[in-house]
Amino acid sequence: MSTLEIRGLEVSVITEKGPIEILRGVDLTIKSGETHAIMGPNGSGKSTLAYSIAGHPKYTITAGTVTLDGADVLAMKVDERAKAGLFLAMQYPVEIPGVSVSNFLRTAATALRGEAPKLRTWVGEVKAAMSALNMDASFSERNVNEGFSGGEKKRHEIMQLELLKPKIAILDETDSGLDVDALRIVSEGVNRAKASNEMGVLLITHYTRILRYIKPDFVHVFANGRIVEEGGPELADKLEEKGYAEYVGL
Amino acid sequence: MPTLTSNYLALTGREEAWRFTPLNRLGGLHDGSARISTEQSLNSSDELPQGVSFAMVSQDALSPATQSDDVIVQRIHGNVTQIALLKIAANSQVAQPILLNRIHNQGFEAQYSQLRIEVGENAHATVIIENSGAVILGEDIEVFIAPGGNLKFVTLQEWSDGSVYAARHHANIGKDATFDSITVTVGGSLVRILPTIEFLAPGASAALSGVYFATAGQHFEHRIHVNHGVPKAKSRVNYKGALAGKEAHTVWIGDVFIRAAAEGTDTYELNRNLLLSDGARADSVPNLEIETGEIVGAGHASTTGRFDDEQLFYLMSRGIPMDEARRLVVRGFFAEVISQISNEQIEERLMARIDDELTKAGA
Repeated sequence: MSTLEIRGLEVSVITEKGPIEILRGVDLTIKSGETHAIMGPNGSGKSTLAYSIAGHPKYTITAGTVTLDGADVLAMKVDERAKAGLFLAMQYPVEIPGVSVSNFLRTAATALRGEAPKLRTWVGEVKAAMSALNMDASFSERNVNEGFSGGEKKRHEIMQLELLKPKIAILDETDSGLDVDALRIVSEGVNRAKASNEMGVLLITHYTRILRYIKPDFVHVFANGRIVEEGGPELADKLEEKGYAEYVGL
Repeated sequence: MPTLTSNYLALTGREEAWRFTPLNRLGGLHDGSARISTEQSLNSSDELPQGVSFAMVSQDALSPATQSDDVIVQRIHGNVTQIALLKIAANSQVAQPILLNRIHNQGFEAQYSQLRIEVGENAHATVIIENSGAVILGEDIEVFIAPGGNLKFVTLQEWSDGSVYAARHHANIGKDATFDSITVTVGGSLVRILPTIEFLAPGASAALSGVYFATAGQHFEHRIHVNHGVPKAKSRVNYKGALAGKEAHTVWIGDVFIRAAAEGTDTYELNRNLLLSDGARADSVPNLEIETGEIVGAGHASTTGRFDDEQLFYLMSRGIPMDEARRLVVRGFFAEVISQISNEQIEERLMARIDDELTKAGA
């Protein structure tokens, strides 16, 4: 049983014109097995929340705490956060030229598990994860994210999610750029990982359609750098109908 | 006024072609002060495949060397009497790479050496030259590829510390012939290579790839010169370098000339440098001179930068520690070129060397 606890989180980015405040006090608690959807208009700070938790150097934490089972996440280096059990599925995964998917996955698994996975079982594990996501076996020989279509990038993110088995996964607009079939396949991957691992999920999205496949327990509306309304799945239906206008106008 | 010593121009270091090169570290290869060894050091390691011969021949028995305005190449031509000649007979399809190696371990005695490679009509072969050991060596390699011939030409500069290597690697490419070269420079104190291309007839093509990794105090210089003097030839240049440590210095010059007669030319050159620490310096100068507009394409690009933070963040967010993430990125950066060698043993050796240099440099 794990708990990710975010309290009073304030985050700025440094620009040429000085710091700009993006998150203005975020409070959120995610426990194992729970799925939280964060929904909000573009520019509301949803992705900043995701990247701040993962430790992207672009963001400066100006106030607040983030803890995972009591441990201070903000004091950890980026790789230590992953080792503690956090995972961020990125909206725009970067290309790493010359590094094959198989080499990357094995290096990551070795780092997270503390020892190199046994080759024979590992190859089987990777194959199973790929075929579950309808990915061709040749995929593992390609360079990380290089020349991947939008859908391939997202499948690759979710494949890592299934292989690396985090305690808490943050999915940053995993649904963007996916057609209906890819959305279903990717969502099933998230649900498998959740079922096998009691994983907690923080699902960041602009649209409600992914919530047809990944059922949230809690829905949070995000606007102007903070959570402005919270509720159950029914809140998503309201957003579907009325949009974000009433929150943005606040 | 430049002064002449014997028949050779005395360098001042202010010449365009020498302005980046520390002349005082050339071991006398450029000014005649070196004591010249006559010992020949290039060996063919294995039994040669059918259609391939390798022998020392007298300079008189060969056609004159192609001209060069490089003073070290001129001195080589003036001093060397026995030339190593590697011949690949017409129509030979040599599947196995032809390995030549040079291992010096007899101290730093300056030496000039000349190698000629002749690829016959429609012959296909791969030549790999493995350079290691301690040297002060001036070398001129001339490649002649007859019509329809195809040569993959790999040179590995893995010299030990303190070594000096100044060389021209010059290819003359015939009608519909192909020259693919991969130049790897990872060892030595001062390495200065002139990969130069002369197209002899239409349909000729050249792809020049290279990687270099300079650490503290090393000077690695590659001056590419591609001369499109005939129509419908194609050239591609792709050199990638990394630098780490104080006074690591790399120089990449890419001179491409498209003469008035060279209609239908297709050329592109690229140089990318990765600065892994402070105190290193990468000079990168692409030059394109075009005398005709009737071409397929001509372009160049040069980038020099540090680690991409987004790449490191991505890798680290998967639990990979910073030093390991950097190693992956650097390996990946070089892999594009090194994997073209298509020799697993050599590729692994080079990657291990790159890992090693990274660790030593603490980058």
